[in-house]
Amino acid sequence: MENILNALLVIILMLNLFTLGTSRIQSVIHTVAIQGFLLGFLPLLVHEHIKFASIAVSLTAIILKGFVIPKMMSQALRDAHIKREVEPLIGILPSMILGALATIFALLFTSQMPLSGDNVSKLIVPSSIATILIGFIILTTRFKALSQVIGYLILENGIFIFGILLMEAMPMVIEMGVLLDLFVGIFVSCIIISKINQSFSSMDTRILSSLKE
Amino acid sequence: MAYLLIFFPLFITAIAAVIKSNRWRPLMLPLASVPHFLMTIYTLITPGMDITNSSLKLDPPGKLILLVVSTLFLFCSFYAVPYLRYRKERKNRLFCSCLITFLSTMSLVTWAQHLGMLWVAIEATTLVTAPLIYFNHTQFSIEAMWKYLLVGSVGIAMALLGTFFLAYASIHVGLEATLNYSTLIENAPRLSKIWLHLAFILLLIGYGTKMGLAPMHTWKPDAYGESPGVVGAIFAGGITSCAFLALLRVYHICYAANEGSYVSRLLIFMGLLSMAVAALFMIRQRDLKRMLAYSSIEHMGILIIGLGIGVPALFGTLLHVITNGLTKGVLFLSVGNIHRAYGSKNIDHVHGALRLLPLSGTMFLAGFLAITGSPPFGPFVSEFAILNGAFSVNKYWVGGGYLALLMLVFIGMGATVLSAIQGVAPGDISEKPKFRDGLTTGAPILGLMVIVLILGIYIPTPLQELINDAVVFLGGQR
Repeated sequence: MENILNALLVIILMLNLFTLGTSRIQSVIHTVAIQGFLLGFLPLLVHEHIKFASIAVSLTAIILKGFVIPKMMSQALRDAHIKREVEPLIGILPSMILGALATIFALLFTSQMPLSGDNVSKLIVPSSIATILIGFIILTTRFKALSQVIGYLILENGIFIFGILLMEAMPMVIEMGVLLDLFVGIFVSCIIISKINQSFSSMDTRILSSLKE
Repeated sequence: MAYLLIFFPLFITAIAAVIKSNRWRPLMLPLASVPHFLMTIYTLITPGMDITNSSLKLDPPGKLILLVVSTLFLFCSFYAVPYLRYRKERKNRLFCSCLITFLSTMSLVTWAQHLGMLWVAIEATTLVTAPLIYFNHTQFSIEAMWKYLLVGSVGIAMALLGTFFLAYASIHVGLEATLNYSTLIENAPRLSKIWLHLAFILLLIGYGTKMGLAPMHTWKPDAYGESPGVVGAIFAGGITSCAFLALLRVYHICYAANEGSYVSRLLIFMGLLSMAVAALFMIRQRDLKRMLAYSSIEHMGILIIGLGIGVPALFGTLLHVITNGLTKGVLFLSVGNIHRAYGSKNIDHVHGALRLLPLSGTMFLAGFLAITGSPPFGPFVSEFAILNGAFSVNKYWVGGGYLALLMLVFIGMGATVLSAIQGVAPGDISEKPKFRDGLTTGAPILGLMVIVLILGIYIPTPLQELINDAVVFLGGQR
């Protein structure tokens, strides 16, 4: 089990870097979809006794993160007639390097933190923090509204990884509530993005700057 | 009772969503708020009604927040009916549905005894209130809604991570992972300190974003400025109070873990920073609604300072949640009327509100005096109690800074408010006003103002007992 878990987390970390390494938004959406799909299996791998609750959470996560949410995003992208993230705050290559640095930082940070004895923590905590940091990088360096929502989704993916350690603390209903909130949040964001697109004929959030002191 | 308070508004939402008439639909708002308010009162006065199961329980701080938000919503719902009638050109299906659903998510926030559930409920309040900002369908309102949703969601995501860290703080020391509030309080002294510290910082950032503490306040002036007055009232008095309740729970856990001094420094720093930022931006502020947004940031700062001072200021802080929430209702609703009469909320155009709108103008002035802490209104009592608390634990610097910033806010806000209500209205508006004060839009404001005034003179015994219970619950002595 632990080997599979290990391999899965490494793939997830590599997918993180891949999202930073492309400017085609559709490719980023595909990458995040694969990441979400793989993430969904984690709850099944961590716990020795597979319970109904973890299967239910797994399935919901796979369906939402792997299929439904990416589908909504692709739809929003098609409606907006844009393809690429042009002129991000920092270029593609520098942002990949930044992502790699963030991953290393996450590993170093976790090695400084006191973790509980089992090996599962030692893998999951750094992967979670690295993914969260990469979500932040996308949120702050990309300007297309949709890219920012993708950044938020990656951030949430990172938090989801951490949550796997805490399945006992989160009853199934609440875990489902978290996923539902994520889904509704991105659903509303996609609607707003289409409104932004209609009113401003652009998806660049830099034009959203008329409200200030 | 919890299920009734949570699902009854949802039921009304469903009815509101299927009603076809744009004219009759707003009546669903009072139809949801009046029973909700009555059920709230019934729950508070009947012993034994406050426990549904282990994760749905109404503890004293929860009771307090439920009471204040339900009361505020009651008045706002009566105001919203004539408001939506006035704005009949706009479809209000989404607006009414979201507003009523807020009542249900807010109830869940107050009942939730599981920190994960609390998070889900607070995130749900973000999601149902985002569309409310977009009611005016302008480019500005899109921008405000986008900023609110993005900043709010990312902030709240940090709170989820903080919640997880909190659970990890028990795993790390070999306890069973739990996010149950009372279990966490029980285990608090044994929790892993470093994970607890990290969790607190993340939760402060997360729920602080929702409250609008500086420097995470950037969405707030935009969202408050572009949304209708009644939405501003719900935001400034309702949502912020819910987020404050979440922070209160986190504070309680840290306090029980004997981390009071660590937490207190951070809270006081954030509180003073919020007050300072608000005071700076309120000086020469020309937009009335944005001014109120900064006032809300200031008062969130006051609440956090009160929490940072700790037990001696807790009574004042909890009272301030009530007085601030209700006074914000007065201010936002009266500014809503002023906005409609002048077609503008900028003081370049708004003059002579006192003469043009005798009731709303007076209420706006009285609300301003109340919120800046002038006697004999409620906020004076609560702000003074917080100051007293600061001096009683020898935090003279905190008390002094707090007083100086209150003064600065009074001057800054006063200049803007007086410019709006004094003088003569521009000719075309005073001859043919687009809106006149009426009973239906005036009475809710007057009602709220009366409560604020009463709270300044005399705090009813049941309320006093409720606040005392909450103080004892949070670790104080009677």
